[in-house]
Amino acid sequence: MVNKENEKDKFLAPENEVHTVIGPEGEEITVDPLKDYFCEAFPKVHEPKNKIVENFINWARAESLWVLGFGTGCGSIEIPPLLSPRYDAFRFGVAMRATPRQSSVIIISGYLSVKTLKRAIRSYEQMQNPKFVVALGSCTINGGMYWDSYNTINRLDHYMPVDVYVAGCMPRPEALLAGFDSLKKRIRAGRAEGANEYASNFKWYKANQKKIIKDWNMPDYNW
Amino acid sequence: MKEIIENIKIRFKVSDVILQRQNITFMTTGKESAIPLITWLRDYEGFSHFVLFSTVDWNEDGFFQLTYLLNNPVKKVDLGIRTFILRKNAEMTSAHHLWEQVATYQREIKEMFGINFPGSPRVGESFLLEGWDDIPPMRREFDTKEYSEKTFFPRPGRESNDPATYMKSKLYPNEEK
Repeated sequence: MVNKENEKDKFLAPENEVHTVIGPEGEEITVDPLKDYFCEAFPKVHEPKNKIVENFINWARAESLWVLGFGTGCGSIEIPPLLSPRYDAFRFGVAMRATPRQSSVIIISGYLSVKTLKRAIRSYEQMQNPKFVVALGSCTINGGMYWDSYNTINRLDHYMPVDVYVAGCMPRPEALLAGFDSLKKRIRAGRAEGANEYASNFKWYKANQKKIIKDWNMPDYNW
Repeated sequence: MKEIIENIKIRFKVSDVILQRQNITFMTTGKESAIPLITWLRDYEGFSHFVLFSTVDWNEDGFFQLTYLLNNPVKKVDLGIRTFILRKNAEMTSAHHLWEQVATYQREIKEMFGINFPGSPRVGESFLLEGWDDIPPMRREFDTKEYSEKTFFPRPGRESNDPATYMKSKLYPNEEK
């Protein structure tokens, strides 16, 4: 058996290596970024508590969807017209945010290369609960026209829990609006439990992600 | 264009001169004379703009074909310099000292075809494929379908149809083939 503890992780980013910093009073502090800068705890399942309260909260959640401005593949070009006066997603309570910490919906808009998947997972995990995933285009369902490519994934639901699929290549903004509509219905019915699903099947998702992301140089859960 | 080709023929050993269009010509030269030739073209013939650098894998013949495409912005002509290198332990002289952006092309070609360019900056770093551990994916012996099926959880039940025959059977079901 190879002793893995002494082996240097060849994919570890230089800023994540153990290093010493000088404190304000001249003292030396050893920092292990993977342990000190990130929360080590894995995600937890949050059970709904009171049915009446939960119903009200779900209504509120459904009426204000904050979308992360994250585009992958060709679908990202369909999102700007969605916010333009012609389609005007603001009417339906859909707004864009620039950071994952402030958003509740992530749109995977088209094919995902392995390199992008790593960033998408990182963004998804940084979002606060409850969070929803809208998968746009055929590529997220079965690989679409890139089904035999060496570098794009085939099924998104093996890497993150998908709430709504919008089929098409490429779906028009109207289709995306319809997708938001069914997402709202799903949230109001209390069925959009993607974050809980991710937490309860965390090991399975992580194993799938690590199978294809071979240079895993970040913590297991990027909270 | 003819004048430039004549000038090249005096100084370098070139073959297979193909006048593709009025303003674009391709020619093949040996591995050793490729870099001196493009250096000379840049410095004396005004081909100051580097357009692209591409590779073709001739798997059956055991060669990689490299193409350096240069542009002369004053005369508005393009010149493609082709050279063949052996597939086995593929290695080519680096041209990053002529144009800086060549280093990026070489880094990509190293990753996609496994051709080494000794001395080129950051040539060993991964470019698009992070943590790739198989044979370079653009090599012809790499089976992308097999790799995808092995790696990316193919969805069962996926069917492929020839669009023409499929639409014909849908729209005109009673018609014979």
